[in-house]
Amino acid sequence: MADVAIRFKDVSKWFGKLKVLSDINLAVVAGEVVVVCGPSGSGKSTLIRCVNGLEGIQGGDLVVLGESIARPGVSMSGLRTRVGMVFQSFNLFPHMTVLQNITLAPVKVRGLGAAEAEKTARALLERVRIPDKADHYPANLSGGQQQRVAIARALAMQPKIMLFDEPTSALDPEMINEVLDVMTDLAKDGMTMMVVTHEMGFARRVAHRVVFMDEGRVVEEATPEAFFAAARSDRAKEFLSKILSH
Amino acid sequence: MNYQFKWSVLWSGQSGVWLLQGLITTVEISALAWVLAAALGILSGALRTVPWKPARALATSYVEFFRNVPLLVWMFFWYFGVPPLLPRAIQDWIFNHGAEFWAGMFALGVYHGARMSEVIRSGIQAIPRTQFEASVAMGLTTFQAYRLVIVPIALRLIVPPATSESLNLLKNSSVALTISVAELTFQTRQIETYTAKAIEALTAGTVIYLVLCVGIAAIMARVERRFAIPGLIARGG
Ligand SMILES: Nc1ncnc2c1ncn2[C@@H]1O[C@H](COP(=O)(O)OP(=O)(O)O)[C@@H](O)[C@H]1O
Ligand SMILES: [Mg+2]
Repeated sequence: MADVAIRFKDVSKWFGKLKVLSDINLAVVAGEVVVVCGPSGSGKSTLIRCVNGLEGIQGGDLVVLGESIARPGVSMSGLRTRVGMVFQSFNLFPHMTVLQNITLAPVKVRGLGAAEAEKTARALLERVRIPDKADHYPANLSGGQQQRVAIARALAMQPKIMLFDEPTSALDPEMINEVLDVMTDLAKDGMTMMVVTHEMGFARRVAHRVVFMDEGRVVEEATPEAFFAAARSDRAKEFLSKILSH
Repeated sequence: MNYQFKWSVLWSGQSGVWLLQGLITTVEISALAWVLAAALGILSGALRTVPWKPARALATSYVEFFRNVPLLVWMFFWYFGVPPLLPRAIQDWIFNHGAEFWAGMFALGVYHGARMSEVIRSGIQAIPRTQFEASVAMGLTTFQAYRLVIVPIALRLIVPPATSESLNLLKNSSVALTISVAELTFQTRQIETYTAKAIEALTAGTVIYLVLCVGIAAIMARVERRFAIPGLIARGG
């Protein structure tokens, strides 16, 4: 049995009185690509934000790369160097160039020398296919380019796990594929990924498993083939009919 | 009306020297107080937005306290109130070393730090929360996220309101005359006392303040353009 990278054990989470995650049990194996889908407000973002400690959990246990992160006193900074995250809204730092965005954490957190960090950053820009944008500011890039820089920035910390929260939802349709292509490359290289997305084509081609959430619960968990061919729950069927009809 | 204007009082006798000394003192006390106010403002303004309640409470009490104490009372507090509490030797030492200047500078800086804090806080709150999340998600600590990302962005956003606050500070430095700091307003009063030419003396003071303020505004406008965030349209002037 391969290494488990992420394990949710009966994880529950509340925002005030609102229970947003209910008894989540889920394991993600190293090298696996898990797509998380479900209606808006079902807890998908919250689920993956727990993995890098952006949200704390109140019940159960969450083990990431062998370390329980529900325990008090666990180093969030240390955890986050091993878990990269890409947001819907890119979140590049607008006052820094692309290169500065990518080298910031390696230099400030991992203590890399400036020259080495720059070399790595340029290699990553090759990898996300925008080597010529190093000295541009985020505002001068298209949405798709910004998101690819955000991916490069997360990869610069050499994470073991990458989390994506609707990485293409804020993009114009013609830019979606350039981002998905980069993510597909990453998956092929063996990265462990949790991806919240409504891009069912990506799920079909790249995911090893699809997790369907509704009202804070994991309602269905299946291979993409099984999920798309024969979703079992009514909620998943309804969701799929909406999302695939256009 | 039979007032006789006599502008030459401004350059005859001691007047010119007094005005110059007053100008220098005003610039010195304002510049030092500004540095203090900026430091306190950035620190407390940032603390008011961190996800840690005791830090927020501390910074909020600082701001609320100084918003509700008149600057004049606060200057008196430092000049007349605090020294008697100190040991005799220290009292003597500070009164021989320009106590009024330091009390005035300190009062001015701490008071305007509280006002600067509000400006900085509003700048930080204008930044989407996700910028902070993206920073800590890469492994930066909260302190690093503020130092490297949040505060640098906020400072670029707040140049216009920070400019008005800086001009307020400069103008409020005149309150220090009440604890005998020989700044610009103090010196214009002195010229008036010696020459009985109030309008001339006050006009000179007014013009100097005006030139200082216009100069500062021009410098800040350049700073704003120089550090503008690409893609955000910098407001002119
Ligand atoms: N910071 C927050 N405070 C309070 N409620 C929140 C917060 N974040 C999310 N929620 C609520 O938690 C539920 C799940 O949200 P989310 O995980 O963002 O869902 P999804 O990503 O599936 O759309 C929603 O009802 C949402 O309104
Ligand atoms: Mg979401």
